[in-house]
Amino acid sequence: MTTWADLLFLLVLVLDLFVLASSRLRAGIRAVAAQGGLLALLPVVLAGPATETRHVVALALGALAVKGVGIPWLLARATRESTVNREVAPLVGFAPSMVLGALGIVVAVWYAGPIPLPVPGKHPLLVPTAIGTAWTGLLLIVTRRKAVGQVLGFLVLENGVFVLGLLLSDFMPAMVEVGVLLDLFAAVFVMGLVMFDIQRAFSSLDTEKLASLKD
Amino acid sequence: MLLLVAAPLLLAAVAFAAPWSRLRPPVLLAGALVHFGTVAWLWAAPPAPAFGGWLAIDAAGQLVLLLVSTLFLVCAVYAQGYLARRRDRDNRAFVGGLLVLLAAISAVAMAQHLGLLWVAIEITTLATAPLIYFNQNELALEAAWKYLVVCSVGIAMALLGTFLLALASAGPGGPRSLLLADLVAAGPGLARPWVRFAYVFLLAGYGTKMGLAPFHAWKPDVYGEAPGLLGALLSGGVTSVAFLGIIRVLQVCLAAGEGGFARQALVALGLLSIGLAAVFLIRQRDLKRMLAYSSVEHMGILVLGVGLGGAAATGAFLHLLYNGLTKGALFLTAGNIHRAFGTKDIDKLRGAARVLPVSGPVFLAAFLAITGSPPFAPFFSEFAILDGAVQAGAWGPAAAYLVGLAVIFVGMGATVLRVVQGVPPEEARSTAMGDTLLTAGPPLALLAAILALGLWVPAPLRTLVGAAAALVGGG
Amino acid sequence: MLFTALQLAAFLVLPPLLLGVIGRVKSRVAGREGPPLLQPWRDLLRLAGKGAVYSRTTTWVFRAGPVVGLAAILAAGLLMPLGAPSATVAFAGDFALLASLLGLARFVTVVAALDTGSSFEGMGAAREVTFSALAEPALFLGLVSLARSTGGLDLTHLLGDGLAVAWRSDASSLLLVALSIFVVALAENARIPVDDPATHLELTMIHEVMVLDHSGPDLALIQYGAALKLYLFGALVVKLALGARLADPAAAFAAFLAGQLAFAAAIGLVEATMARLRLVRVPQLLIGASVLSGFALVLLLRT
Repeated sequence: MTTWADLLFLLVLVLDLFVLASSRLRAGIRAVAAQGGLLALLPVVLAGPATETRHVVALALGALAVKGVGIPWLLARATRESTVNREVAPLVGFAPSMVLGALGIVVAVWYAGPIPLPVPGKHPLLVPTAIGTAWTGLLLIVTRRKAVGQVLGFLVLENGVFVLGLLLSDFMPAMVEVGVLLDLFAAVFVMGLVMFDIQRAFSSLDTEKLASLKD
Repeated sequence: MLLLVAAPLLLAAVAFAAPWSRLRPPVLLAGALVHFGTVAWLWAAPPAPAFGGWLAIDAAGQLVLLLVSTLFLVCAVYAQGYLARRRDRDNRAFVGGLLVLLAAISAVAMAQHLGLLWVAIEITTLATAPLIYFNQNELALEAAWKYLVVCSVGIAMALLGTFLLALASAGPGGPRSLLLADLVAAGPGLARPWVRFAYVFLLAGYGTKMGLAPFHAWKPDVYGEAPGLLGALLSGGVTSVAFLGIIRVLQVCLAAGEGGFARQALVALGLLSIGLAAVFLIRQRDLKRMLAYSSVEHMGILVLGVGLGGAAATGAFLHLLYNGLTKGALFLTAGNIHRAFGTKDIDKLRGAARVLPVSGPVFLAAFLAITGSPPFAPFFSEFAILDGAVQAGAWGPAAAYLVGLAVIFVGMGATVLRVVQGVPPEEARSTAMGDTLLTAGPPLALLAAILALGLWVPAPLRTLVGAAAALVGGG
Repeated sequence: MLFTALQLAAFLVLPPLLLGVIGRVKSRVAGREGPPLLQPWRDLLRLAGKGAVYSRTTTWVFRAGPVVGLAAILAAGLLMPLGAPSATVAFAGDFALLASLLGLARFVTVVAALDTGSSFEGMGAAREVTFSALAEPALFLGLVSLARSTGGLDLTHLLGDGLAVAWRSDASSLLLVALSIFVVALAENARIPVDDPATHLELTMIHEVMVLDHSGPDLALIQYGAALKLYLFGALVVKLALGARLADPAAAFAAFLAGQLAFAAAIGLVEATMARLRLVRVPQLLIGASVLSGFALVLLLRT
């Protein structure tokens, strides 16, 4: 089981790098959807004897429905109706941002990995994956100019938070996790609505044009 | 206690459902009155913790409730006049959103569970975004987008921090709970590296919401584009509850023995905020953005005070109240000036005192108050923080703080005096948006309150502030 | 001894057939019959029988390029276990020599290309050097990861018994390394998606444009050397993927050859299904490969 978990964590991290490197927004959306699907597998793979089966299944299905299918679908719809398909000239280039992301992940593995966890028997890659994925999300939000790119970054960030939340599934009630999914949904939903308005007002999804407010 | 959350929510539902836009402003006022009454009643008769300790009112929460409720009441009165002038806009989302915001803020003030606290702060973000877009032009849209992006990132960081804190509580001997009382009681039983880790993320997250430098990017845009009324509530209410979030985390850190690190971080962020605000306040061209940077400054003062601890912490809690009230007066009068002149560009604003015989002078007086001139109340709180810094032997921060305040006084003063004095341009003199009882009265009342508080602090308030400061090792 | 001789014989004879397999797979996927398997050998022999033409602007550097290049690759072949229980020559740290010899081969090819003084060759040389500079870290980090997980310092151990154990303990890291080395193999051997060996448009060529001026036996040497290099990288990937070594040397040798066949088929499939990347995207791919290798190494060091 550990090997499968290893593989899942690695795939999540590799997808982080892929999203950082890809200039096509649709490929990015697909990668984030795939990441969501992988995250849905994680609770199942990581489930120990102490975890409640019903809870694990609910969490996995919820993550799959929201992170793997629902939100990517909404986002894909939002981009289909616009003509935007490519990220144009991000503030940090694709290759450098990938290297930056990789550096962040390496730092996370190097420093966060060895800190002893208060809860025993957890996978050593869990915390580094969470931190590395959150870092990737931040990087995306900061460097991307298209609104869709920033939303993708936010989704990746939330994925990182979700991974960390898995540590708590033993002793914290499901409320926390359900709250996460709900809030994620709400945030993107509102973002999506606003995005349509941005599109109407500017006829493009370029947040670079949202730059009249500055000092 | 539940009434504080339920009543505004119920009225928000009414506001969303009711088809008559004339009816909604009174609904807002009703919500504010019920809330204010309840808060006053709860202050007189402190309630027992409810829902297994998830909701309780401690001194810090009580102080925030008092501030928010007062501010909201004043703003609700102001809104009667404001919304009557803005008949062109559909006020359904505005009134409903304000009431949801009030409910969420109350929930934060009472939350004793860090998960609940996070959810409530998240709701304040979601409720505020549509309010910013009230003017429905491109600039408002840009501000709303920035607000959502920046704050949602902050919120995500805060959640990460909350998870880490939960993790810290799960070690052997830990409480495995996010209830504040449990965490504080567990103290050294928490896993310390994870507490520190959690603190960094929570500080960044709630610091973003509070608008501390360097996480303040959304603030000037939002305060610049949102209606003045919302600016008052944001700078007095929403940032205050984010501050409360930081206080809660600090309580845990202090109990866990991470106090030194936590305080240093707060002092550093506070000084950075003051310094950065001072730089941007000099020759600021936009009236409302100027106020936004002033808000960054005062958030810095708050965390600086709490970071220094001791007498400075008492000063910080006093300042929380005073700053909120003064900012209310400033934003409401700035909104009036904006409306009357049709611009917030400093170059085109002249002679506000002549066009708006009440709002102009109140704006000037509130400026004097916020920059710490006696006899207004903020002078005493800002002085208390300085006093605390000197007592603690923190000469460096004390000096930086003084220099920052002096620069800000001069920088803001140049702008404000130019706006208030002088001969107004021709078209502004015949404005239809002059002072009325409903638009000029509320800020005047706030100004009177801070003047009164400067002259005399009621004993119960003094006790309350002392108790709040004691939560984070002050007093 | 027998198998050492056998692996050397196979190393000298089989590589052009690998090219034939790739061509066949590509054609089959596209629905064509494709050239016979022996076609690369026939081309080589035909070229070797022709005379060479040398430009008056070239010097001895141009003539030495193909010879030294082939010699370097042949020497590299001695260091690599190619199916037999061990490599022909093995010593601690020989993987660094392997990489250096491959680098030497590339260097003389590049210098020979520059010696012609043609702008096309210069362009190709610049690209070749850029991309291989990016591919080198991926290869090295990958080999170091292998050394770390198997505890061996020579290629025989690196790709030998230790791997079976390593696959059981660090499967995910090794998977990353294998992926990364496969990408490097594609890039180093000028295959799609990095370069198109069949293109006839000089502007988009990388490797082929460098050898435009070579003719006759020189061209035969270069193409033979390229085939040998592909075989070497194939050996790296196959050994890595096979993991455990079979006890019976004959069976192991057969498995190795089957693996090479599969490697060629995999390349053929990649070439048939993917388009060549735009030149600006190639560095991203290679940096990605380096990142994967580096990441594998960090995991091995830290967990």
